[in-house]
Amino acid sequence: MEHSILELFYLAGSLTFIIGLKMLSHPETARRGNLLAAAGMGLAIMGTLIFYKSGVPMLIYALIFGAMIIGTISGWIAAKKVQMTAMPQMVSIFNGMGGACAMLIGLIEFHHFLESDDNLGLLTVLASMVIGSVSFAGSVIAWAKLNGNMKREIRLPKYNILNTAIMIIIVLLTAVIIGGWVPETPAIYVLFVLSLIYGILLVIPIGGADMPVVISLLNSFTGMAAAFAGFLYNNHVMLTGGILVGSAGTILTVVMCKGMNRSLTNVIFGAFGGGGATASGISGSGDKSVRDINISDTAVLLNYSKKVIIVPGYGLAVAQAQHVIHELETILEERGVEVKYAIHPVAGRMPGHMNVLLAESNVDYEKLIEMDLINPEFPTTDVVLVVGANDVVNPAAKNDPGSPIYGMPILDVESAKNIIVNKRSMSAGYAGIDNELFYNPKTSMLFGSAKQVLTELVTELKNMN
Amino acid sequence: MTEFLSFLSAHIDMAYVLILSIFVGVEVIGKVPSVLHTPLMSGANAIHGVIIIGAIIVMLNAGVDNIPALILGFIAVILGTLNVVGGFVVTDRMLEMFKKKKN
Repeated sequence: MEHSILELFYLAGSLTFIIGLKMLSHPETARRGNLLAAAGMGLAIMGTLIFYKSGVPMLIYALIFGAMIIGTISGWIAAKKVQMTAMPQMVSIFNGMGGACAMLIGLIEFHHFLESDDNLGLLTVLASMVIGSVSFAGSVIAWAKLNGNMKREIRLPKYNILNTAIMIIIVLLTAVIIGGWVPETPAIYVLFVLSLIYGILLVIPIGGADMPVVISLLNSFTGMAAAFAGFLYNNHVMLTGGILVGSAGTILTVVMCKGMNRSLTNVIFGAFGGGGATASGISGSGDKSVRDINISDTAVLLNYSKKVIIVPGYGLAVAQAQHVIHELETILEERGVEVKYAIHPVAGRMPGHMNVLLAESNVDYEKLIEMDLINPEFPTTDVVLVVGANDVVNPAAKNDPGSPIYGMPILDVESAKNIIVNKRSMSAGYAGIDNELFYNPKTSMLFGSAKQVLTELVTELKNMN
Repeated sequence: MTEFLSFLSAHIDMAYVLILSIFVGVEVIGKVPSVLHTPLMSGANAIHGVIIIGAIIVMLNAGVDNIPALILGFIAVILGTLNVVGGFVVTDRMLEMFKKKKN
């Protein structure tokens, strides 16, 4: 009886996950979808606590509730306090927590399967442990890299071969353990350590614009780890939840790769910003010069335009200039200038990250136009204002087969009548490569920190009345 | 082989759920506008926090005298809760900003 009630809770939980995810795919219903999934999760957790097993000592319940209270409070505070610009790190570290949870479950549970000689059960538990450990270690590295704790490029020699070798060893070791050809318990601990090392080595060489892809990939890893654990406990809600995230995460990863016109293997095995960067670095240095523009000239140019497209990049968010840019947009609109934002699929540090950052400063999301829709509009645009973006407007992606970003679809800003690029200095973008756009005769460089420059622009425009 | 077949028949409904869930996941995500990719990733991230149920089960099954299991399980429940609560709250914060602006 109690077990059937629990199954009912789990059924409801699974249903809310599916409907919640579905609702998350529309801007109008997304928020309710998220809350629905959260409610379903609460139901499934409560159901487990109440109906899973009777006669459990009070001490154990006290421990579980204690742990849940600690987790809830710290999770809540972290999630409420995090800056919107730091969102990718936050998602990454929460993902790592889930991975670590799967890892610990695996470490506890494998003993039972050794005793009962259930080989396929053991395989399931090891799969959950290995994937969870990889996801945990990888997420921590991804967090450190995005957070700027690991600025130096660490590149082990032949890391591709090394990584592949470790992966093969993990698979072989698992097979040997299942076969019972080695002392199981120590071998499983070796497997655990190897998984952690693999997770670290998987993420360390990845950098630049590829980071979101890795987070998404690790996200689906944790989903798979949860699904394996669900198989282990014959638990339907864990299985559906895990697999949904696993497959959704994989699709999302593929979509992101497509946005950059790269294959997943290329992201994982191709060294980004390696050899190619030096090649295009040579073409960038030397005889070319850039044209400067000052604040008042920019203000005049913007004021007498019919149509302005703003290309925001991560630099805008770092400078905390989202609110000022919205102010600029409002003033220009009052003067009868048509203003739109061009959003590259990987603008910011995650797909859609830029949308979140601009939405935070009250920019209407109908003004945020996706790349495929905005590209045909550039030829009829008077001024393109590039703020803190670099790689997503780099023509090398189209013209220079030697460039590491070659093949990535870019915003076609070159076809606009005037291009104004705001940058702090002439340093290269996140991908570490030079940008031909800056030397285009139509381009003027507006140097300075985004926030200061935009604030001065707004003041200048206000004075022009 | 026999072992595999008996494992499969013991878990056959799970196998069905597994396969169908893969397709549901692909189908549900397939049409998401890129605007929502970040909140979606974050929401999905919260959902795989369902692993916490495994951690709770570990704790419920562990005896009071099984100290290592209790310690690891305790940490696992904390981590799982962090994943669930943090994930849903962060997603909600992001989506709160997508409210349609009225002029």
